[in-house]
Amino acid sequence: MIPPSFEYHRPSTVEEAVGLLSSLGSEAKILAGGHSLLPMMKLRFAMPEHLVDINRISELSGVSVVGDDITIGAMTTENAVIADPILNEKVPLLPEAAKLIADPQVRNRGTIGGDIAHGDPANDHPALALACDAVMTVVGPAGARQIPASEFFLGTYWTALNDDDILTAITVKAFPDGAGYSYRKLKRKTGDWATAACAVVVALSGGKVSHIRITLTNLGPTAIRAHDAEAVLSGQAVTDELIKHAAEKAMAICDPAEDLRGDVEYKTAMAGQMVQRAIAEALSRAN
Amino acid sequence: MAKQIVKMTLNGQQVEQLVDSRTLLVHFLREQMNLTGAHIGCETSQCGACTVDIDGESVKACTHLAVQCDGSDVKTVEGLAENGVLHPVQEAFYEEHGLQCGYCTPGMLMRSYRFLQENPNPTEDEIRTGISGNLCRCTGYQNIIKAVQSAATKLQDKETASA
Repeated sequence: MIPPSFEYHRPSTVEEAVGLLSSLGSEAKILAGGHSLLPMMKLRFAMPEHLVDINRISELSGVSVVGDDITIGAMTTENAVIADPILNEKVPLLPEAAKLIADPQVRNRGTIGGDIAHGDPANDHPALALACDAVMTVVGPAGARQIPASEFFLGTYWTALNDDDILTAITVKAFPDGAGYSYRKLKRKTGDWATAACAVVVALSGGKVSHIRITLTNLGPTAIRAHDAEAVLSGQAVTDELIKHAAEKAMAICDPAEDLRGDVEYKTAMAGQMVQRAIAEALSRAN
Repeated sequence: MAKQIVKMTLNGQQVEQLVDSRTLLVHFLREQMNLTGAHIGCETSQCGACTVDIDGESVKACTHLAVQCDGSDVKTVEGLAENGVLHPVQEAFYEEHGLQCGYCTPGMLMRSYRFLQENPNPTEDEIRTGISGNLCRCTGYQNIIKAVQSAATKLQDKETASA
């Protein structure tokens, strides 16, 4: 399987890349890690006339901290996320979850920004970004702008990015002291996408839930934040009964696509399990 | 149209080639450079038979463009042995019979070679995770694990001897 022909461009700055995207129009695609785009090109699901390879733009990689804001360059690879000391200390959900993505070789190429910008509801970082209240930095011809994760994912393979935009960074807040977190992902084998997965971030105050995020992967046309499930736990001293009730609320908003991983009923049932396990694990880590 | 000059270090040699931009690295290696060690298995970045080393990282060559390697240091299984002497990882796979049909072996060798530099003294669990991107369709994993363990010992002994 060989991709269709295209012109290859390798800009060395974001400005140059945006310039190329603006002049080439919708026939150009950004090449990040390439582990979603190249397979789609081999299958002719994507046939861009131009590829703009942003791998050599060094300013797009790495993690930096300003106060409570942790900014992750869009081209930071999954293995770099796993190894990063700042993320492990301040937002440990991200490295822990990245270990469940693909396999060691793919994680050397796959990037956090590519995973998010692709708009695939099966990718893991969209739900993680929602759980971390991430803000996307996007650069287009008119300059940079910020888009919260809650407004970024519009549909399957559809995000708030325009054709001539580049997602340059993802900014998350350091978890509050004592926050618990979990990402539970049911998959058939290494490298598979989630049959169902759930991210949870929780903080307690006086034994009661003071902050909670419950988000879901591959259970609808986009990653989903389960607001009703969060509302069940918010302000409460959590019991097993409440966890079950929250899982039911999360299952109620699931709208998974039937595929070889299972039918709608099975995936929804597994979503309930992942939600319960993620809440329980996150609570067990919170103090 | 769409051809590019690509310069890279390939198994220690400088090469300069005219490459079609859509050519995948694995096709470039096999068809243009006659290095048929990297195998084409699934072509969908699942099986790892095409694993090579690019700038010190394991990469699946079926999901990487040759033009992306411009300026890179690429190593394939052909570059493991030096002066006709097997690399300790190859020696270990040979001694422990870490293969059955052999199709996955170049990928297993290249991944093990890199993995043991990332983690020179791994546990069995770490080995299993470390090579989880490589499939053996004969399911001969037990001996592959033994071979990686043996290679780890060989490499550490070598390290100690040269220290």
